[in-house]
Amino acid sequence: MSGETPPSTRDEPSEIDLTAERDESGVEEAEMEARVGLSYTLSQLRRDPTALAGLAIISVTTTVAIVATIDAWVLDYWFAQNFWYHPLRGPHAETRLPPYGVSNTFFDASQTTMAHPLGTDNRGRDVAVRLFYGTRIAITVGFLSTTIGMVGGTLTGAVAGYYGGWIDDVLMRTAEMLYAIPFLILVIVIVSVLDPQRQNALSVAMIGVGIASMPTFARLIRSRVFSVREEEYVEAAEAAGVKDRWIILRHVIPNSFAPVLVQATLQIGVAILIIAGLSFLGFGAQPPQPSWGQMLSKARGLMIPNPWFSIFPGICILLTVVGFNLLGDGLRDAADPRIQNK
Amino acid sequence: MSTRETILEVENLKTKFFTEEGVVRAVDGVSFDVRQGEIVGLVGESGAGKSVAVQSIMRLVEEPGAVVGGEVRFKDRLLFGLEDETAGGEGAERRERDEMLTDEEMRQDIRGREIAIIFQDPMESLNPVYTVGSQIEEFIELNRDVTGEEAREIAIETLRDVGIPEVEARYDDYPNQFSGGMRQRVLIAMALACEPSLIIADEPTTALDVTVEAQILDLVDDLQDRYDTSFVWVTHDMGVVAEVCDRVNVMYLGEVVEQATANDLFHETKHPYTRSLLDSLPRPDRTVEELDPIEGVMPEAINPPSGCRFHTRCPEAREVCAAVEPDARQSADGADDHRVACFIDDAFDVGYEESLPIESETGGGFEASLTSGEGESR
Repeated sequence: MSGETPPSTRDEPSEIDLTAERDESGVEEAEMEARVGLSYTLSQLRRDPTALAGLAIISVTTTVAIVATIDAWVLDYWFAQNFWYHPLRGPHAETRLPPYGVSNTFFDASQTTMAHPLGTDNRGRDVAVRLFYGTRIAITVGFLSTTIGMVGGTLTGAVAGYYGGWIDDVLMRTAEMLYAIPFLILVIVIVSVLDPQRQNALSVAMIGVGIASMPTFARLIRSRVFSVREEEYVEAAEAAGVKDRWIILRHVIPNSFAPVLVQATLQIGVAILIIAGLSFLGFGAQPPQPSWGQMLSKARGLMIPNPWFSIFPGICILLTVVGFNLLGDGLRDAADPRIQNK
Repeated sequence: MSTRETILEVENLKTKFFTEEGVVRAVDGVSFDVRQGEIVGLVGESGAGKSVAVQSIMRLVEEPGAVVGGEVRFKDRLLFGLEDETAGGEGAERRERDEMLTDEEMRQDIRGREIAIIFQDPMESLNPVYTVGSQIEEFIELNRDVTGEEAREIAIETLRDVGIPEVEARYDDYPNQFSGGMRQRVLIAMALACEPSLIIADEPTTALDVTVEAQILDLVDDLQDRYDTSFVWVTHDMGVVAEVCDRVNVMYLGEVVEQATANDLFHETKHPYTRSLLDSLPRPDRTVEELDPIEGVMPEAINPPSGCRFHTRCPEAREVCAAVEPDARQSADGADDHRVACFIDDAFDVGYEESLPIESETGGGFEASLTSGEGESR
């Protein structure tokens, strides 16, 4: 909600070594070797209750987002039509109705209704329904912007790390220039440059967050590529006449990808937070699009008399971001062969 | 055998590494050739420049290293060659000859298709994230103009040839499910499957235990008869040389010091270094105490000793050895094609017999090191 980037995004996550450390003893080595790969990671994840909690939260939010999308596209806003009382639609539109069972200056508790379990906002719109549709934006934006950042950053970092030399210098110095600018400011600059009229504010904000997160991914994968490119299977591929770009795509990136995947999971949470912050500042979703950040923004002036305007979107953002962070931390540990969950 | 055509010709190959400490002359004027269907050995201690030499042939040397001189010919094509080497000298810009293959031609026509490399460590040479089958298929599709099903059939067939049991069942296994020996077989299959004319084996059995090594060597002998592929066999193990090689080049500090057929090398050893290598081999008829390892370590190639590079460790060294650098010559009393770079041989006339012996470090002791230090400073 605040513009501050959580510190976790700036720190490079500790490197995850997919190729298990080679010990002198063969037994040890064989055991370490078994501790890599997707199935091992998943089996470790299954034993980590916090990661499972994160996964549960993400599953719920994602499911809600999918249901909301289906409702919007296929069912023609069935939920909205049943719950969302438009202010101009007449007598049913009761503004600032508190959540069920709560009273305030304008309404006593008897007036609250299960039809609006989380109350209505200052225009009589059902808060629950707006949160419901807002999930779509949060999840879409989180996944898409992270995908943009991950794909762009991974390719840039892999190319820089693989070729080294001046290519590395040019790409990484550019990335570091982006890195030096505070995340939110960078996104705002990108958004203002790409879309000064705010016609596609949300998509542009998404692209902006994607671009701004590229340096993190680029630096992360580059450090891995430096060691992977010295592996003999890469040399062997070169000696067999495989094209450079094919070596990068097929041999280098898949073997350097584990830390990127962990970072991506964390980054989704960050992206959701940032887009919410942008919406709050008026750069992301534009009214009347129901986004969590923008709901918060509108609730700002009404915080004291009508706290539920801000509490519920806040809880949604918090839960979702925590969910992605828990899963990301769990993944990081699970992918690390040096840490083993009993 | 000698009537068969020469497929690879390396002449006066020079590769240097430009490091911060100075220029390392890793390969310094190496010449040898490989004929159709023979196994040529490249032998020497660690750091002799064997691996760099084969990387130079494939033009795989990476920064800060560079091939700076010499010529490499494969069949009728120039893999490496410079315009007028004598002009300019050290600092002058080197111009590649027009007929030299471009990087793209090198990649498409030579690597994998004509010359394949088997690397040292079978544990590291397979990509852990793909199945063994798909990796062989990748190389076959790339180098043999076949697709999908055909590549799979060739891959299975070659894997069967190299002695992988139950190929169909193991085809979709990952490299970590194979043992070291099996992985080495897979690597050999990968090289063979592209049907190259020459396979460069860079210490392929060093990481294996001796029983598996013996199996692999037998297998290579077998396959070589069947496919008629030529090999360049890089190793530090004289036992392996005796087992598989037809002809041998002994390398010391970036130079070839002796060149002979395997038979001559073992029975008519000319160079003291080769003899030392042979003496340091463990043998069942001698106890460990009788083993005669070469004293000292190989000097840095960054600042090689003057004269003969081996004179600092050579039991036969005389003062002339420190002063004049021998080139590899046809040995005076050896068989045809037995070349040696040592003044002991009568092919040289530099007054070795008259020259006084210098105490080499082999003698040990304080006095000895003093004398040799004097010799070097002069």
